[in-house]
Formats: sequence, structure tokens, C-alpha cells
Amino acid sequence: MATRDARALAAALVLLGLAGAARAAERYGIGRTATEAEIAAWNIDIDREGRKLPPGSGSVAQGRAVFEAQCASCHGARGEGGVGDPLVGGQGSLASAKPLKTVGSFWPYAPTLFDYIRRAMPMNAPESLSADEVYAVSAYILNLNGLVPDEAVLDAHALAAVRMPNRDGFVPDPRPDVR
Amino acid sequence: MTRDPDDPPARRRFLVQGAAAAAALVGGRARAEEAAPPAIPAWMKAPGADVGSQTYGTPSRFEADVIRNVPKGLKQYTSASSRTPLQDLDGILTPNGLFYERHHGGIPDIDPARHRLMIHGLVETPLILTMDDIRRFPSESHIYFLECSGNPGFEAIKGRTASDLVGLVSCAEWTGVRLATVLREAGLKPEARWVVAEGADAAALTRSIPIAKCLDDALLVYSQNGERLRPQQGYPLRVILPGFEGNMNVKWLRRLNVTAEPAYSREETSKYTDLMPDGTARQFTFVMEAKSIITRPSGTQRIAQGFHEITGIAWSGRGKIRGVQVTTDGGKTWQDAALQEPVLTRALTRFRLPWTWDGQPTTLMSRAIDETGYVQPSFSDLTAVRGLKSFYHNNATVPWRIAESGEVSNGYA
Repeated sequence: MATRDARALAAALVLLGLAGAARAAERYGIGRTATEAEIAAWNIDIDREGRKLPPGSGSVAQGRAVFEAQCASCHGARGEGGVGDPLVGGQGSLASAKPLKTVGSFWPYAPTLFDYIRRAMPMNAPESLSADEVYAVSAYILNLNGLVPDEAVLDAHALAAVRMPNRDGFVPDPRPDVR
Repeated sequence: MTRDPDDPPARRRFLVQGAAAAAALVGGRARAEEAAPPAIPAWMKAPGADVGSQTYGTPSRFEADVIRNVPKGLKQYTSASSRTPLQDLDGILTPNGLFYERHHGGIPDIDPARHRLMIHGLVETPLILTMDDIRRFPSESHIYFLECSGNPGFEAIKGRTASDLVGLVSCAEWTGVRLATVLREAGLKPEARWVVAEGADAAALTRSIPIAKCLDDALLVYSQNGERLRPQQGYPLRVILPGFEGNMNVKWLRRLNVTAEPAYSREETSKYTDLMPDGTARQFTFVMEAKSIITRPSGTQRIAQGFHEITGIAWSGRGKIRGVQVTTDGGKTWQDAALQEPVLTRALTRFRLPWTWDGQPTTLMSRAIDETGYVQPSFSDLTAVRGLKSFYHNNATVPWRIAESGEVSNGYA
């Protein structure tokens, strides 16, 4: 354990050294400064804690309407899957012979749901849903998985507070693991 | 192979499919006689096509069957993949038109004059760069392989050809600027630990890259094998992370967000994580471990008794290939194959072994050893540790079964 700590410390020092080098070296004066407004317009990254979730809110009931109009044709009427991945079910199946990876059984962080739907869904018209619609459809998918009640209304705070069943299901890469 | 010197063997298996093809074979034979001694071939008796008759050259019409391997009958083709025809290629460089594809939201049609790269987050000066800006930075060229992490899945090893099995690997010479150079231009803050890269495709695909890789050998690439990137490979700008799984090498790059933590995006939580038998999933499984495959003889080909050169490709995300061993007796004995120079770090390496087939049924297989001493595992050794449900990072050896007829088929199937 002491060896590992020492190694981690050495790695951190190397990292700091590299970052320092990247800070200190010459610049070419290429490009122009991005403004705060430009960054805000393009930066749609949401972290796992949901600290960057935008204003807005949506209910399970609103989400059902959005889902039926925008999602059900690929993901099934109740998220059971079709052309698109299954979104519902599979909780408790991950260690079985037939694991079913869905939002409910596998996704570790609820804010990632907002991030992914906003940037990439629906597949034929990504970035077309409003923030309210993304909150609503996130609420509906979580509700179908039994993770929020029927009357739930999700906003930045409420979505970030949803604890996903598989939150602690991920481990670091141990490879090389086969010798 | 039963050789008719005027009938290229690689073509024959296509010619024998179907009655129309059989008719073409007869026609081909007749034409072949007209070109064999003592006859003078027709193409010597009149001038050929004019210089410049093709302003962007394409392969001979007789190579029309060397194409990407596109799976049939998928539910949709927006988020899907096509494979490189490995068994039809020589050397280590993949022609740009045959480079494997894996897209998550289709192939965008990007005007480079309107494309912008934004660098923001934990930097001293957030930047916006045009493509002209990016090409002003000092450039470098390197040959690296690129491989999809699901090549193949653990439960999809029933393919017939080398391409069906591991055709989600390709190799090219990439030209661009070091990512470190561009990050240095913006100035990293001390707490910078990850760079989140985003594509300008309809998936706005997002992956987090550890800062150590960004400051090591990572590239922002605009050219591939001497010409600008093809749209399928990220035109006009992509990330290349030598040895790391394909999905992280974000195409159509438009944004680099320097952060203290990973984004934990969908592509690094619900996808591209490796489910283990105990129900946990390995996350941030970046490196593609050492792997090899014999591309000739390989599945669907047919060989004849006598001399053959066994050849194939090997690669490792951890560095150079140190050696490739080949068995021609189903794993009882292994011989060292010759490696074609140059042997480059994190590039495909071509191997060869002369072999005389005695006509007895057997199994051929190759295994790669990289410069770290890591040995490519068998499928049974790999799945003994990881089970059958991890999907990604299957680098097991591929057996080719040779039947008494000389028919080569997948030893897994």
C-alpha cells in the first residue's frame, strides 16, 4: 500500500510537471480568444454530479407525451427497446447469464441522461428538444425504471439527487489481466 | 491454390458464385487465351486511356470486389460500422477508401471554412481556431493503427472472413499538430486533469481523455495517408490517441473542454465499459492490447497442397510488436514469423512465415507478443477471466481451420 501511494505521488508530480511545461512554453499567437457567450452557446457538457445542468423543469406526465412523440418509435412504447436500445428493466441482471444493460440497470449517473438526450436524441433531430422537454423525458424514463414517482417533477437539483442503482458498479481498468 | 496464371485466385471465389458469374468465368477463360502466348494481348495493340482521364484515380475495374465489408440487415445504419477487407490487402497501410467506419450519428458533411475548434475550461486563454489556424502550427506525421474496441464482440465470432472477425482495425499515416502544442497555446491551469473532446456530428460524441495522454503522443489530425481526412474519418479534424480504443479518437472535432474530472458521458458509462461476470463493469479501458490475425490463408479462401506464404498483421496499443508466433498444427508447436520492417510503435506490423501444406486437415493460428512481453491470449484464457458479456477488447487469437479440401474456415464457428 505504501508503495502504491508513493507511485501515485510520483505520477502526480510527473503530471504537474507536464502541465507546468504546457503552461510555460512559448505560444505562437494563433487563433483568437473565445468569449464567455461563445463558450456558453457551445458548451453542453454536464458532469456526473449535475452541477452544470441548465435551468428548466419537466414532469413525468409531460415526459410521457414527449416520449410517445419523439422516442417510442425506436425505443418501444414503454422503453423496452426496438431499433433503439432498451431503456427500461434489467435491474439485478448484470451478474447473470443474460445481463440487460438499461438506464435503470446500468447507467451510473442520472445527469448523464440529460447530457446524452440533449446532445444526441432523438436520433433524427438531435438538439431539437428544449431543456424542459429533456428534463421531462428524463423524468419519464427514470419513472419507467421505478426510480422516481409518478408525480415527480425534475429540475437540475432533483435530477442530480436521483441515485442510480448501479452508481457503484464501475471499477478501474486492471489490465493486463490475462497472462 | 489451384493456380491458373491468367485467373487471379482472389477473384475466383467471387466468380464461382452463381450462374451469371459462371458464364463470366467461361468468357474470362476465352479472353485469357487471347492474351496468353503466343497471342499478343489486346491492351498492347492500341493506346490506353489518356493521361488525366481520371482526375482522382480509382482502383482497376478488376478490383471492384475489394470494398468495405458492410453488414447486411442492420436495424439502422446511422450508428453502425463497416469493416476493412483485411484479407484483400498487403502491407500495413489501409487505403483511405477502405478504412473501417464506426459512426454514432452518421457522417456529417462539414465545410472546413466554416468549421471551428473551441478550447475552453481550465485554460488561461479560451481559444477559437479555424482550420487555417490549425494548419499553421508545427506539424508531424506518424503511422498508427486505429481499432474499434468491439472488434469483435465476445459473442459475435462466427464471421467467415478475416474482415468479418477483426475488420474494425485499420492503419494510416496521420498528419496534424500535437494536442500538447494546441493546449499549450491556450495555457493549461494547474488543476487540468482531463480533456473532454466533442465531435461536430449528430451524436455530438463526447469522450474524456486523461491529460497525460494529451501531453504525450496525442495528435489533432487533418490528413491521412497524405491527403485530407475523408469525411468518414472525421474531415476536417479529428483526435488520434495512439493505441487507445477507436471511440476516443473523436472525429469531426469541434470542442476541447479542459476539466478536473471526466465527463462521465454516455460513451464512457453505458457504452465502452466492460461488464464482468460479477456484474461490475470496467471503466476507462483505454488501451487496445496486443493482437494478430493471419490474413492469408484465411476464411473462405481455398488452398492447394504445396508451398504457401502465411501472412498477417499484428499490433499493440502498448508499443511495438516484438514477435509473432504461428502454429500450423493447431497449437502443438509454434514458430517465429518474420516481421516486415519498419516495425513501428502502435502501428500494424506485417508478419510472414513460409509453409508447405501436406494436404492434411489442420488449424493455423498466430499470436502476437509486444515489447512489454505481453502475449496475445487464447479465447478460452481471455473468457476465463472476463466471461462472455464484456463485449469490448476481445484480442483473442483467431484459428483458421484447413479442411482436407483446402477450404479455409473460422476455427471458432
